[in-house]
Amino acid sequence: MALTPAITDLEQLKGHPAIARLQGWNTASVEGAKFDRDEMSIYVERSVIREASALLRDDAQCPFNYLSDVTCVDWYPSEPRFEVIYHLLSIPNKERVRLKVRLSGDSPALESVTSVWPSANYFEREVFDLFGIRFSGHPYLRRIQMPEDWEGHPLRKDYPVEGYR
Amino acid sequence: MILNMGPQHPSTHGVLRVILEIDGENVVRIMPDIGYLHTGIEKTCEAKFYQQVVPLTDRIDYLCPMTNNLCYVLAVEKLLGLEIPPKAQWLRVMLNELTRINSHLVWLGTHAMDIGALTVFLYCFREREDILRLFEAVSGQRMMTSYFRVGGVALEPPLDFFDRVRKFADTFPSKVDEYENLLTGNPIWVMRTKGVARITAEDAIALGASGPTLRGSGVDIDLRRDMPYSGYENFKFKVPLASEGDVFARYQCRVAELRESISIVRQALDGMPQGPIKADAPKVVLPDREKMKTQMESLIYHFKIITEGFAVPEGEVYQAVESPRGEMGYYIVSDGTAKPYRVHMRSACLANLQLLPKMCEGRLIADVVAAIGSIDIVLGEIDR
Repeated sequence: MALTPAITDLEQLKGHPAIARLQGWNTASVEGAKFDRDEMSIYVERSVIREASALLRDDAQCPFNYLSDVTCVDWYPSEPRFEVIYHLLSIPNKERVRLKVRLSGDSPALESVTSVWPSANYFEREVFDLFGIRFSGHPYLRRIQMPEDWEGHPLRKDYPVEGYR
Repeated sequence: MILNMGPQHPSTHGVLRVILEIDGENVVRIMPDIGYLHTGIEKTCEAKFYQQVVPLTDRIDYLCPMTNNLCYVLAVEKLLGLEIPPKAQWLRVMLNELTRINSHLVWLGTHAMDIGALTVFLYCFREREDILRLFEAVSGQRMMTSYFRVGGVALEPPLDFFDRVRKFADTFPSKVDEYENLLTGNPIWVMRTKGVARITAEDAIALGASGPTLRGSGVDIDLRRDMPYSGYENFKFKVPLASEGDVFARYQCRVAELRESISIVRQALDGMPQGPIKADAPKVVLPDREKMKTQMESLIYHFKIITEGFAVPEGEVYQAVESPRGEMGYYIVSDGTAKPYRVHMRSACLANLQLLPKMCEGRLIADVVAAIGSIDIVLGEIDR
């Protein structure tokens, strides 16, 4: 099984229901897309993530009603430094899609999606704890894995693997 | 009154701390506090070669090591675009289902013990011991198996292994009857579980529940059937459902899963294909010991894989499997080197734990114990 090259041209991927739905609502909401290894990633504009999530959840044809996961990747030292990643699942259609939001390195902040999917609560707290990304509108944004008085965010790439001693 | 339950409490199955705000015997507010087992496995993975991550994955959810192994190697194989020979796939399915039984047995034993049925625990651990012996035979380890490798499985199973599995599969259904005789009709068990910690399908989906916790509320999804991986599409099995959404419904789902899993094990034994157990990819898969001693080329590949690892093409994948507790997912990002750029584990328990306040608020303290048992948490997976 040889790997087929990734498709990154937004024009070619327009037919995907999630992209079509988002572009039909607001063309500027989709910054780009990637279809690689049978998985679809959509880059969503930072300021509309909550509205875009609500739109995808309430879609009549393909409702992405289940939020599997929220996580983050740190691309230090390049900019934009962070990518926050949402894995959505459509339980009726058995389909997955990945939403990505790019964030700059200094004081990264983003709107919380807990009002759309309450399950985002712990996931976003974990991203806040380990990456230091603030989610505005989160009901209880406190550290979840690390102790309350911990300094730094361990999963950032500039944080040494063995910690500071 | 504020009551602190845990982190060292027998019914929290590890080191979960639950802060209870109570009014007499009634729970007003409940707040789980986690992180006591956080060991930074995700960070450690970034400093290891791809093949060195496999033993770390065992230690995340220590009750289902094979499921973790499977999820991780499937994700790496997807990144590599590697085709796995059928025998390895069937072996993986078989061992994965034995792992599910193993995990459900620990759950059933401890859950029943929390509620007060002490006998069940000993019965469950009797059968679990048989499974652990099988794991030891096949991998050399009882719990931290690390048996699945990128590109296949580590070793050929020993000669009498399949006979031993068949013997276990033949006797196990009668053992499930024994557990059910002890519990299903037991009036105390029924009173402690029926109608307790009820959760609706909408709430379960919104709060990110998965696995038997979700199916106990009547949502029909099982990744093995709906998004098959590792050859699950070749197996016939039912997905147990219950609609009540209470502790008893989740109990019924899991017990029914025990029976389905053993039928999958039997199907895997009957249809076990012949052939190699490792993919033909010398740059990724370690060569046979025998070849290493006789062929220069194999020796070189072995040396290269051990010292430099193998490069994985750039990209990212999210691989989800149905673990005993729900949707276990590995999200791996590769930057083209021999070490993963980022490994993230989607923990089913972490999401399931979010249901706890919804289940328990307004109910008795004693029901909290039943509710925690019914979502089958493993703190190693929650904290990672």
